[in-house]
Amino acid sequence: MKYQSQKVAFAYFAVALILFASQVLFGVVAGYVYVVPNFLSELLPFNIIRMVHTNSLVVWLLLGFFGAAYFLIPEEAERELHSPKLAYLQLIILVIGAGGAVVGYLFRIHEGREFLEQPLWVKLGIVVAALIFLYNVSMTVLKGRKTAITNVLLLGLWGIALFFLFALYNPSNLALDKMYWWYVVHLWVEGVWELVMASILAFMMLKLTGVDREVVDKWLYAIVALALFSGVLGTGHHYYWIGTPGYWQWIGSIFSTLEVAPFFAMVVFTFVMVWKGRREHPNKAALLWALGCSTLAFFGAGVWGFLHTLSSVNYLTHGTQITAAHGHLAFFGAYVALNLAIISYAMPLLRQREPYNQVLNMVSFWMMAGGMSFMTFTLTFAGVIQTHLQRVLGENYMDVQDQLAFFYWLRLGSGVVVVLGAVLFIYAMFVPRKEILTRPVADTQPAE
Amino acid sequence: MSDMMTKSRARNIFYGGSLFFFAIFLALTVHSHLYVVNTSTDSAGLTESVANGKHVWEKHACINCHTILGEGAYFAPELGNVWVRYGGPDDAEGAREALKAWMKAQPTGIEGRRQMPNFNLSEKELDDLVNFFEWVSRIDTQGWPPNEAG
Repeated sequence: MKYQSQKVAFAYFAVALILFASQVLFGVVAGYVYVVPNFLSELLPFNIIRMVHTNSLVVWLLLGFFGAAYFLIPEEAERELHSPKLAYLQLIILVIGAGGAVVGYLFRIHEGREFLEQPLWVKLGIVVAALIFLYNVSMTVLKGRKTAITNVLLLGLWGIALFFLFALYNPSNLALDKMYWWYVVHLWVEGVWELVMASILAFMMLKLTGVDREVVDKWLYAIVALALFSGVLGTGHHYYWIGTPGYWQWIGSIFSTLEVAPFFAMVVFTFVMVWKGRREHPNKAALLWALGCSTLAFFGAGVWGFLHTLSSVNYLTHGTQITAAHGHLAFFGAYVALNLAIISYAMPLLRQREPYNQVLNMVSFWMMAGGMSFMTFTLTFAGVIQTHLQRVLGENYMDVQDQLAFFYWLRLGSGVVVVLGAVLFIYAMFVPRKEILTRPVADTQPAE
Repeated sequence: MSDMMTKSRARNIFYGGSLFFFAIFLALTVHSHLYVVNTSTDSAGLTESVANGKHVWEKHACINCHTILGEGAYFAPELGNVWVRYGGPDDAEGAREALKAWMKAQPTGIEGRRQMPNFNLSEKELDDLVNFFEWVSRIDTQGWPPNEAG
């Protein structure tokens, strides 16, 4: 850690990991309700469990992004943060908002649209926190060195805030509602979040491999260009069946097929950088997470996304377990693994110790990655059967669900493995332990 | 990457290209917005009751079990066409009564069967919700879902 103000990242990562724990816990409970439907059905119905599961996912990923930005921007800009106090104030607002939302959900206080169930006061709090954040990091960058990484990261973060404003617009016309809902949901995860992802990966490659900044920067711009060129019009793959014009079937099919390209480029980028890199960085766990991130994102977002993105295929698979399979691996690969990668990299530096508990961290990677992959396979099988029985043969929804029970048991099993992996990760991050590697911290700073 | 592609060239392609694609997207959004309002949905039939029904739908987070037009959770049946599945186009009164009776009878408590909570909706809320489902079923979704099963 070169700059004192980078320390604020620690608080962000800590809160993010608490929400991560709540996300996977509610996830495994939801998976249990799938096979034992009467479980908690009076006390905590499935819709609330699922709401906490998805909302805590989104919020912890965003907290991770904020933490990552506060960690890497001082290093990139070569100066202290504009205001660490504002950064803490922003965190307090977000904690109150997220905590208030979760507790409120348990008492059935929620509103609005899927993933955007936060009560209005929480949404406004998020906007205020986002403004504080953007002011803080933008001032830091403006006063310091400007790099490709900070340019792209800031553009991504500004985009997140801008598109979130559509969460406040909720027309009574369901078709219009859905059209603008995707302005938040799709333009986040398949648009501006990818800018954040690419810039954080670029930062990590720079630090972990010792490749020239010039090379990393060119890759970064190429990747984010591919991401936005394909991803913006790729929104069309959500506009097939909600009342929007027929031309979206063509635009959506073509551009979302191209959405595989940026994810493929990220895989090539990370592996080529590691091969070319001259540096043997001691933080092997962070490197594993970074490589795992690009690889799993390629399969989850790229391959599994492509599986059901053509409109003729999507006509049959839309809203089945195929979607659930894709959603799980895409979010895990692209954004969960990304956050765990930067946390794995930053934590030893923030705590001014050696990269520690590496073996446990790497075991947790394989548990979570293996669990999520297995979950994706089981949900894919379930989805294929569901598509055939329900969409081709026309059997009733619940009759079909009853026939999928076997796969839901397998999914529950893989969910338990993911939870254990997550617990292990958190343990490896926080519980002090004698270092396994003994190289001095000074060596971990790259020369550039 | 080749030396032909300098860093500033890559940067300019990124910014210029992104603006280009975003401009197209915005133009198509404007067109789609007008298409939804004028062609694919029944704007005239979007009564206060339908709007209230949508509000009831949101207030109880129905989308976190059900899907509507294929989006939502995948735990409970698709409701975009529930009006059609219940025979609404042929027998509106029968479908309305059946849907309301179903919601009032929840939860079934049958062991091993997925449970829907009872939201204690008033008669008016139930009617509004049914009107909302009826309105949604008339959205021109280009033939989706493939059959009544949703």
